[in-house]
Amino acid sequence: MNGYLPILFIFLVATFIGAAIIVLSTLLSRKNWTPIKLMPYECGMDPIGSARRRFPVRFFVIGMLFIVFDIELIFLFPWATIYDKLMIFGFVEMLIFVLVLLVGLVYVWKKGALEWQ
Amino acid sequence: MLSVIEPIVVCVGVLVALLALAAGLVWLERRLLGLWQDRYGPNRVGPFGLLQVLADMIKMLTKEDWIPPFADKPIFVIAPAVIVFTVLMSFAVIPFTPHIQVVDLNIGLLFVLAMSSLGVYSVALGGWASNNKYALLGGLRAAAQMLSYEVFMGLSLMGVVMLAGSFSLRAIVEAQQGLWFCVPQFPGLVIFFVAGLAEARRIPFDLPEAETELVAGYHTEYSGMKFGMFFVGEYLGIVLVSALTTVLFFGGWLGPVLPPLVWFFLKTFFFICLFILIRGTFPRLRYDQLLAFGWKVMLPLALLNLVVTGGIVLAKS
Repeated sequence: MNGYLPILFIFLVATFIGAAIIVLSTLLSRKNWTPIKLMPYECGMDPIGSARRRFPVRFFVIGMLFIVFDIELIFLFPWATIYDKLMIFGFVEMLIFVLVLLVGLVYVWKKGALEWQ
Repeated sequence: MLSVIEPIVVCVGVLVALLALAAGLVWLERRLLGLWQDRYGPNRVGPFGLLQVLADMIKMLTKEDWIPPFADKPIFVIAPAVIVFTVLMSFAVIPFTPHIQVVDLNIGLLFVLAMSSLGVYSVALGGWASNNKYALLGGLRAAAQMLSYEVFMGLSLMGVVMLAGSFSLRAIVEAQQGLWFCVPQFPGLVIFFVAGLAEARRIPFDLPEAETELVAGYHTEYSGMKFGMFFVGEYLGIVLVSALTTVLFFGGWLGPVLPPLVWFFLKTFFFICLFILIRGTFPRLRYDQLLAFGWKVMLPLALLNLVVTGGIVLAKS
């Protein structure tokens, strides 16, 4: 665990830098609020409705695809580090794994989940 | 005692150098864009306009620090700090020279990937908390884009890990003594760099802040130094991707005659300039093109690169 001490330290320093900038900008800045400034910016028009509205479900689809493919990626990482020991077994294993991945990708593709129309 | 102090000194030194570098990069980008677009760029404040950075910083710090009453205040304030924090953390495992490195983790590469994916939270939450339609759209776009491109960013690095047999960035650099990985892993390099452009939200992938349609995207409602932090985060992201490209594909500090740090700096500087040149020359993609390109072209390419690399390594042994 000793090797992670510098990580803890850089964590503290990076947090401090982030916090310091926020505090500094709060202290140094001027405040001059007017009623117009208190409205959300919409190119000079009065905002119509709230921004908390429905948005396209495709963003969620992308999120789900990401989870699926990223988890498969996590399985591949340890495999890559010991590839020089696994050799032919590792190669065939990987081929099967990538094939499964590809089938998934083709399925998603054909279902139209990658289309933005 | 020395073993405790040394990483601390390195850590503070690296962070301070990075922040200075990010500030300098703003100037460099404006000057280089000026050069490439046949105009001057900032040249009034100080020699060659160098003090422009300082002037901008003072201006940003003293600008009105705007926290909108309609925003989700705590998240709105924290979001810009998150991106600076995650990028600074990523640099912990980057080996600048054989001796200058905050810490050499055996999971170094995974650490960088983990930290850079946390950066998504910053833009997504910043956009959401602003409670502004442009900001919301920018935040959503940023999230979907960064998630998509992260998948094959990781996949493109698999070949490098295979060749080096380690996640430790120092071991990866040392494995390139004979031949830089940019030769055997050229497709990986291209895929990684494109993904890096998208992760740093740079042209041609800067749709989250496309000013022609979304005003300023996820940081529409931000002002003063909070806006500045998104800016610093973006520039630090460029430095990070350039440094990673250097370490993973171009032999890091390795090179003849000149000292290691100079080599590392020169190589990284080259990629930073490439980033700026790309910004100066490419138009912006459409959002559906961006996602289709990622999932339909880059992801199969990255998988193909993985299989081919595996086959070649197998055939060689």
